[in-house]
Amino acid sequence: MLELRGVRAGYGRTRVLEDVTIEVPDGGAVAIMGHNGAGKTTLLRVAVGLIPVMRGQVLLDGEDITRLRPNKRVRRGVGYVPQGQVCFPQMTTLENLQLVTTERSAIDEVLGTFPALVDLLPRRAGLLSGGQRQQLSIARTLLTRPRLLILDEPTEGIQPNVVAEIEAVIASLTQRGDLSVLLVEQHVGFALRSTDSYYVIESGRITSSGAGGAGALEAVRAAMAV
Amino acid sequence: MDAFTTPLLAGTATGALLLIAALGLALTFGQMGVINMAHGEFLMAGAYTTFLTQQVVTNTDLSILVALPAAFLVAGALGLLLEVAIISWMYRRPLDTLLVTVGVSLVLQQLAKDVFGAQGDPVQTPGWLDGFIDVFGYHWPYRQMFTILLAVAALVGLGLLLKYTSYGRQIRATVQNRDLAETMGVSTRAVDRVTFFVGSGLAGVGGVAVSLISGTNPNLGTTYIISAFLVVVAGGLGQLKGTVIAAFVVGIVTAFFTDWFSSSMAQVFTFALVVIFLQLRPQGLFTVQTRGLA
Repeated sequence: MLELRGVRAGYGRTRVLEDVTIEVPDGGAVAIMGHNGAGKTTLLRVAVGLIPVMRGQVLLDGEDITRLRPNKRVRRGVGYVPQGQVCFPQMTTLENLQLVTTERSAIDEVLGTFPALVDLLPRRAGLLSGGQRQQLSIARTLLTRPRLLILDEPTEGIQPNVVAEIEAVIASLTQRGDLSVLLVEQHVGFALRSTDSYYVIESGRITSSGAGGAGALEAVRAAMAV
Repeated sequence: MDAFTTPLLAGTATGALLLIAALGLALTFGQMGVINMAHGEFLMAGAYTTFLTQQVVTNTDLSILVALPAAFLVAGALGLLLEVAIISWMYRRPLDTLLVTVGVSLVLQQLAKDVFGAQGDPVQTPGWLDGFIDVFGYHWPYRQMFTILLAVAALVGLGLLLKYTSYGRQIRATVQNRDLAETMGVSTRAVDRVTFFVGSGLAGVGGVAVSLISGTNPNLGTTYIISAFLVVVAGGLGQLKGTVIAAFVVGIVTAFFTDWFSSSMAQVFTFALVVIFLQLRPQGLFTVQTRGLA
């Protein structure tokens, strides 16, 4: 589905990623783990096209998309839920969704996944709580009908009862089979439960990888403790 | 009563003119953050389009109705050309944009002088705008009322476009978070271009109104550009209602000062008041409130 081959990327002259190679298989779910500042978000932003690649390639379905603009990648099925529950704060919840599509049945479908949003449709998104904004953020991305869903710390800074809801939704999405998932998550246990393989990134380089599942917990903890 | 109604009504018309000029800027400067000093020349382009239309469509009653969409298209096309050829290379470099567009503004003025002459040309007022109504002794010209109507139409049109159309949502989304808009499938480059086209086109419509009041002139853009920027800043960036209030306040206050002192002193006093206001309230009349992280 998605492949990064020997990618070097960064901000200005500062290199953040060096020789990063990862693969998200069709229908597979992959977790990226690492400490703060290791380059996880940068890696996702490279995959989405928000950060230019200095060296290496980004491939989607085997096709080179390294120079493709983010909006074109969206049309090819790359969905992105960025870190920090970002939304369009001065637009209402409904307008945030309508930015992607005005098709009522599609909107109703995602509202079925996040029923808490139904009563918030006329409210300005800037006035929602962090958890509500995150639900809106995931719902909005689902409206783009992604084949690959890229999630950056979806449960970070959110109250525990909403975290459980979001985790349940992500778990059900990863099990759908027709959707590939690339997940960055601090919560190692949840990340490994929701995915079937993982990569650990340290100082911009992939330091280990393997199959996911509960059995990988010790290996990942050991890799991250270095 | 006359001492009150005359500046009030004349000032409202000036405010309406400022509003049309400022609406385009509210889009390109207020929303996109581009300081386009050549915006005034798009007004001039609108005025000359009106003049040229009258040369082709000699029925003046009709020509003004042809001039309105023509001026929108001509000024819009100039704006689009400026965006594609120059400004798109300078996003996030506001000082460079300012300097370069000052240059573009001077080039356009010189071009107008070379083509049309330095004197300016009169624009015929159509018969249906050639009259006045009596308001407490003030002969309020139809032309001024037409300017106000035009401003209201431009405002309502822009408001509806931003609020209810898919393109309007894309503009607002791009302004609020460009990266996020891109990752939601919005082509922010296309949005930039169309926004510049519409913003500049509105200035062209303003040029039609200006030409009815003062004819054409290669320098007419410079008369309005500073006031229009002040109106947008004083109104608060990113908010149309602030722009509307600021335009009419500046227009009316200037008219009263003109009545009491002279027109040049009126400009000085109005600008001084706006500067004092911005010292007290740098964010302008209205600001956008959100709960937390944008």
